[in-house]
Amino acid sequence: MTTIHIVITAFVLFAMSRTFLRLREGEINKAQFVFWFVVWSLVAVVGYWPGVTQTLADFLGIDRGIDSVVYVSIVILFYLVYRAYVKIEHLEQDITKVVREEAISEFSSKNAKD
Amino acid sequence: MPPRASPRLETEFPFSPVNAIIYERFMHFMPISKSKICIVIPAYNEGGVIGNVLSSLKKGGYENIIVVDDGSNDDTYRVANSYTVRVIRHNLNRGLGGALGTGMEAAIRLGNEMIVTFDADGQHAVHDIEKVALPIYQKKADVVIGSRLKNRAGMPWYRVLMNILGNVATYMLFGIWCSDTQSGLRAFSLESAKKLHIRSNRMEVSSEIIREIKRLDLKMIEVSIQAIYTEYSLSKGQSLLTGIKTFFRLLLHRLMH
Repeated sequence: MTTIHIVITAFVLFAMSRTFLRLREGEINKAQFVFWFVVWSLVAVVGYWPGVTQTLADFLGIDRGIDSVVYVSIVILFYLVYRAYVKIEHLEQDITKVVREEAISEFSSKNAKD
Repeated sequence: MPPRASPRLETEFPFSPVNAIIYERFMHFMPISKSKICIVIPAYNEGGVIGNVLSSLKKGGYENIIVVDDGSNDDTYRVANSYTVRVIRHNLNRGLGGALGTGMEAAIRLGNEMIVTFDADGQHAVHDIEKVALPIYQKKADVVIGSRLKNRAGMPWYRVLMNILGNVATYMLFGIWCSDTQSGLRAFSLESAKKLHIRSNRMEVSSEIIREIKRLDLKMIEVSIQAIYTEYSLSKGQSLLTGIKTFFRLLLHRLMH
């Protein structure tokens, strides 16, 4: 076992335990748990048998296996960042709605008193 | 033959069809009742100038004013409250879009027939309000944009450039051309204001309004207005960085919806 194996094993076990805890706390549903479980399992698989990435590379028409992993990861990361952005944007809009309603109702009650 | 009585449009209009035609023709010259125009002013840290803006509006005869204090850190709220205007205060700063949305919502709930948005930094001329409100009053348009670019006098070149970039971005994203998408002086009829769906919180709201005009197929008219650029209003305006950020947020909105 090389250092990289130890690091990957530790990281994957940590990430999976976190995912499991979040499932138990009800913060994520089963489908999301399965998704993340599969993602972390794939990380472990690639860590232990880097050769499998060659299959992906051949399929995508990329020379080296490790390159294909990097490319796919970047695409996934971009997508996740986009999703996070959209979530934040929605949150901001919801905050505005709350602030707006409060401001208007405060204003109306103040006006009613006058 | 007895001398003809001079026509008195105001009193005779509803009763005579002839006068109705005259009324239609010359409506342009008739002053709009200023109380029917609700002026919405979003303000964030404008304590230094909002007093001047409000007193010039009052001097111009406008009484129906809503100021939205967007969680300012300065005395904007206190200054605005010292005038007899309606002041709504956000507990948290939400940005131009958020404040504009709140002001419009309040104006709608108060049942105002015409809503005019007006910047708090003193860059608009009070006499332009009638100009933008007139097409709404005459039912010629649902939305009127006061364009500062039809008459560029007094506008620094980099401002012109920024505005053009803003217009191009709006055109690329939403497919509608407007000569001044970033203008703060606009007029809406009550019906069109009710239909508008403003989601964005920040500067991108200006372009979002243009998008909504297209989506809802509203009739838009552009009216040339004056831009008063003082050192103050220039320092408060959008920087290139804000422009770029706004563009990316618009792009994101385009992808989201």
